[in-house]
Amino acid sequence: MKEIGTIARHTISVIVDNEAGVLARVTGLFSGRGYNIESLTVAEVDHTGTRSRITVVTSGTRMVIEQIKAQLDRLVPVHKVADLTIDGTFVSRDMALVKVSGSGERRVEALRIADTFRARTVDASVNSFIFELTGSTEKIDAFVELMADLGLVEVARTGAVALSRGPSGL
Amino acid sequence: MTATTTIPATGRAKEKADDAPILSGAQMILRALTELGVEVVFGYPGGAVLPIYDEIFKQDKIKHILVRHEQAAAHAAEGYARTTGKPGVVLVTSGPGATNAVTGLTDALLDSIPIICLTGQVARHLIGNDAFQEADTVGITRPCTKHNYLVKDTERLPDIIHEAFYVGTNGRPGPVVIDLPKDVQIEKAPYRRSGQRGEHRTYRPQLDGDELALREAAAALARAERPIVYSGGGIINAGPEASELLAEFTRLIGAPITNTLMGLGAYPASDKQFLGMLGMHGTWEANHAMHDCDVMLAVGARFDDRVTGRVDAFSPGSTKIQVDIDLSSINKNVPVDIPIIADAGRALKRLIEIWHEEGYAKSQPDLAPWWAQIEHWRTKKCLSYKDSDEVILPQKSLERLAHFTKGKDAIFSTEVGQHQMWAAQFLGFDKPNRWLTSGGLGTMGYGLPAAIGAQIAYPDRLVIDVSGEASFQMNMQELGTIAQYELPVKIFIMNNEYMGMVRQWQDLSYDGRRSHSYSESLPDFVKLAEAYGIKGIVVEDPAKLDEAILEMINHDGPVLMDCRVAKIENCFPMVPAGAAHNEMLLAGDVIGKPKDDDALAVV
Ligand SMILES: Cc1ncc(C[n+]2csc(CCOP(=O)(O)OP(=O)(O)O)c2C)c(N)n1
Ligand SMILES: [Mg+2]
Repeated sequence: MKEIGTIARHTISVIVDNEAGVLARVTGLFSGRGYNIESLTVAEVDHTGTRSRITVVTSGTRMVIEQIKAQLDRLVPVHKVADLTIDGTFVSRDMALVKVSGSGERRVEALRIADTFRARTVDASVNSFIFELTGSTEKIDAFVELMADLGLVEVARTGAVALSRGPSGL
Repeated sequence: MTATTTIPATGRAKEKADDAPILSGAQMILRALTELGVEVVFGYPGGAVLPIYDEIFKQDKIKHILVRHEQAAAHAAEGYARTTGKPGVVLVTSGPGATNAVTGLTDALLDSIPIICLTGQVARHLIGNDAFQEADTVGITRPCTKHNYLVKDTERLPDIIHEAFYVGTNGRPGPVVIDLPKDVQIEKAPYRRSGQRGEHRTYRPQLDGDELALREAAAALARAERPIVYSGGGIINAGPEASELLAEFTRLIGAPITNTLMGLGAYPASDKQFLGMLGMHGTWEANHAMHDCDVMLAVGARFDDRVTGRVDAFSPGSTKIQVDIDLSSINKNVPVDIPIIADAGRALKRLIEIWHEEGYAKSQPDLAPWWAQIEHWRTKKCLSYKDSDEVILPQKSLERLAHFTKGKDAIFSTEVGQHQMWAAQFLGFDKPNRWLTSGGLGTMGYGLPAAIGAQIAYPDRLVIDVSGEASFQMNMQELGTIAQYELPVKIFIMNNEYMGMVRQWQDLSYDGRRSHSYSESLPDFVKLAEAYGIKGIVVEDPAKLDEAILEMINHDGPVLMDCRVAKIENCFPMVPAGAAHNEMLLAGDVIGKPKDDDALAVV
């Protein structure tokens, strides 16, 4: 299908049986069919160790997003697919570790900005910091951008995890 | 030493006290297959499956058919599955055995054919070590199966095999691989199943359509002035009853019906409401009716690009209803107005009931003008061709083949190319499960092993592989299988000395530069057949065609027929690359090159 219509970003939750190869099935589906992955997170989410939850942020036209969900749904170990973006409001959080090095005024400025963003300092040396920051993807993007001028060395990010608002769950 | 050989009194030791028999993995496999009613396995041995072959040797419930190449085992299993409605079973060794089967698995995935493929694997402790004949079979087959398993725990074998059959045959059917490390085949464990039903823990396809959508669909069809039914391979998968319900509903609403390549036989070709196949080489009337209809009911058909032609020009004004068991088939290529996720048979049954309940027969608009238009399209006689006294026209050879096999309930398979399209146009199927062709993947070399699978399932039926001289050579080693099991398969090679379909495209789109599409150095097919102890026939003279066909059909045993046909005949009608349905070409039309590079690229 040629891309017609506007492209939108969607956050999709996928509950899967926690078995060997399930992540490869999901990522293989995205690469094999040419879908886009902006971020993907996965971890076991029930105490019995039988279910995992994958949060995938992707983008595409309405038809492509429908296809992505339908294709995910037909994978045998996939239980449930929910499009948080269209099902209502949801909370999405990303975590980042951001290493910044510098001294003098730049070092002070980095600390000041970290404070404004409510980042925690989890490592410090005389000329470096590692900040830990959680928040929306946009917030982390903004923080990383500011650090770029203040001695940014490297960034590690988790990618988004998300839940729909309100009392019910998947 | 003594300490390590003492079995501790763990839970496992206690479990052994129940009456679950202790079996080796290989014995479990045979037992599970027997429980599942498997009668035939198509396979090829090798180091990593020796324990299974040893168990096969010791029993006589399950018949093993030794092919000559693993690709053929997979296609034979497809042929078996497509004609019987039961899953086909394949057994191959690790590494090259498994990789050779990949084309057949992909073929089965694209055409939704249930096959279960057991592959040998190196012992568990060797996995990942680049061991001899090790391949990452689950990795390689992940994108070409509906699902696959690597068995790491011998005790799980009974459940996994039952589950694999459930997954392969339920919902939209497809191929399933079970990769079996050699030490798992040897290890002993109690044969015990966790549940009796053999379902998957969570995989539950939706079978009944949404009532509101079904009502909406029936209402739309009842209002339609120009309705059409378009059905595909899904209706065949839904079983023969579904085809009967399709015919019943189509007659009830009085609409014309067209079938996809995969769906031929679901509706009787001899019926007056049947318009023939649609799509790239479909009939003039089917494609025009699809283009001009106001309500379209698609059943078990997936709007494949060979069917739609240019998507944005596909049936532009119609309300589209789609019944499919697979949600991902809906809105994939063409937006659908009324989607119904359901088993085709169940949905049709409900549509028939609703039609009666609502008394739609009385309120339906007059369809006479629509039929008048269709009759007008039919006068084009789009399948006509210019016959000759000098050379056998390929179309003619199939017309005669159809004539002489009428009433014999024959099963036909095909390879891929012009002969396949002509076979689809000219053979005419009145019942499902009699037509085996590689639609989605278009695999040359499919037809001969598929015919073998069908003949194994129905030893007394007439099974004919309509072949091309190029395709035949892709799996011709299977003559050995035919000879070994004395299978009376008839191979009808329409020998035009070209990869005809490739040559046709080169003539139409590449100014006739016939780059590597001539079938050079062909064998003497009669001698080739005879080398296997099979009867060979060659015919070139149109006056002898009938005689040759009769000789082939009446021979009690396999026949390889080299039917020399016109070399440069093109297959029409044809929807050219990048064109819409109503821009179809007929024989004798002046053919222009594709309009632009975009059109060339979609081929
Ligand atoms: C395995 C495989 N390789 C290549 C092709 C591309 N292809 C499609 S039709 C065709 C020619 C088939 O020639 P032949 O079997 O003689 O049939 P004809 O078209 O002449 O009837 C080829 C090469 C294919 N479909 N499958
Ligand atoms: Mg040919």
